[in-house]
Amino acid sequence: MSDFFSRLSRRSFLDYLLGGGLAALAGAVLFPVLKYIMPPAIPQAVQNDVVAGKVGELAPNSGKVFRFGNKPGLLVRTPAGDYRAFSAVCTHLQCTVQYRDDFKHIWCACHNGHFDLTGRNIAGPPPRPLEEYRVEIRGEDVFAIRQS
Amino acid sequence: MSTIVAKSSFWRERFPVDAVVHFFARKTVPLHRHTIWYYLGGMTLFFFLIQVGTGVLLLLYYRPTAEAAFESVQFIMTKVQFGWLIRSLHSWSANLMVAAAMIHMFSVFFLKAYRKPREITWVSGVLLFFLALAFGFTGYLLPWNTLAYFATRVGTEIVSVVPVIGHELLLFLRGGEDVTGATLTRLFGFHVAVLPMLTTTLLVLHLLLVQVQGMSVPPGEEARAVQRKPMPFFPYFLMRDLVGWLVALGMLAALAALFPWELGEKADPFAPAPPGIKPEWYFLFMFQTLKYVPAKILFLDGEVLGILAFGLVGVFWLLVPFLDRHPEAGGRTRWFTVFGWLALAFIVVMSLLAYVVPQTF
Ligand code: FES
Repeated sequence: MSDFFSRLSRRSFLDYLLGGGLAALAGAVLFPVLKYIMPPAIPQAVQNDVVAGKVGELAPNSGKVFRFGNKPGLLVRTPAGDYRAFSAVCTHLQCTVQYRDDFKHIWCACHNGHFDLTGRNIAGPPPRPLEEYRVEIRGEDVFAIRQS
Repeated sequence: MSTIVAKSSFWRERFPVDAVVHFFARKTVPLHRHTIWYYLGGMTLFFFLIQVGTGVLLLLYYRPTAEAAFESVQFIMTKVQFGWLIRSLHSWSANLMVAAAMIHMFSVFFLKAYRKPREITWVSGVLLFFLALAFGFTGYLLPWNTLAYFATRVGTEIVSVVPVIGHELLLFLRGGEDVTGATLTRLFGFHVAVLPMLTTTLLVLHLLLVQVQGMSVPPGEEARAVQRKPMPFFPYFLMRDLVGWLVALGMLAALAALFPWELGEKADPFAPAPPGIKPEWYFLFMFQTLKYVPAKILFLDGEVLGILAFGLVGVFWLLVPFLDRHPEAGGRTRWFTVFGWLALAFIVVMSLLAYVVPQTF
């Protein structure tokens, strides 16, 4: 024990104390600052279905963006007249996709990404298909339903 | 100059005025074939000062919330007297500043002015350049128009490919999972407080180093520079600097007045991204490159590799003076020159492609 103390001079002991104290102070300041900077998670009511549009609102070979919670969705009426619904968030870098009647499929303007009518990524940079929703027609309303 | 100072002993007693005057009276600029490039740094500084001035003016009316931002910029441009001019100057000068900084940086690179003992000058300069890009990125969203909205979504999504902390970085930039009013307020804070503070600190260091070390003479020009008498900084070089600034001001004013910066349409998070969407010209080459990177390389996302590669080149660029240790010895240093030309050619070709290649099939 006394050996330990004799090797550690008073000078370096004070240096360690000062250094350790400064490090602790820096940590105590930085930690709350870093935590403050990260935004708190805001809970979102999970919505599993939403009215995407009205029957008859869309002509065949057209599409529209609708709100699914706080994210955009895309309702498509295929040239054959069926309804399809997808998340409109491009799987590449999150731009909002649109239906192009001249291509007869879904297109992302940001980096020229293409998706077919089942949401599959067929050209351009998107790495994954669009998330697809189930479509149900109830009376006048076209519902988009998230598949679990 | 010195007579004015001599009379006012008030300042002499409180500040080493004589030393400063003496320093500037003796400061010289070497003359050789490449002297012209010495003006670019001052030019960048000039545009930066314009940014500070016009930026402060814009702050008087701008409101950084998703509900009011677009309307407040509209107000500036339509109701406030000369508001359109101030905003237009701010946008144009931002672009000219990035351009001047780019030319300055590449000329310093090719003339090898980063070599010992100017390593820190180079590092601080490259960091200042990155800060200029950060100013451009954070300022772009502030008018809250459609183009800016999607550009910011894409731009912030890119950081999420960074290994391990990517998602935290995304939250940090966006102030949440999505680009919302919180993002706008946050980027506004960066744009008007955090970035100016960092920039000012680095700028002082950069300029101080340049003053202390003097102008670097490129390796091939030393013999010529010794033969010719250097130009006294005061008043000759300074006068030329001022003429350059005057020309720059004229150009800027003409651009701002003849091509007022457009505002576009208010951002709508529930509208598809508009066709023809592009980032600002200084990000175009990266944008275009990412289009050509295939979706998958082996089992990795091509995007991820592309972005990480850009990050590595950035780090390499920052460390150039420490990697190119003996620039005057030839050999190794020639590779750095070749690299510089390749990088420049890559940037130019990719940027041009982004303009000419149509966006469809
Ligand atoms: S974000 Fe859709 S293609 Fe890049």
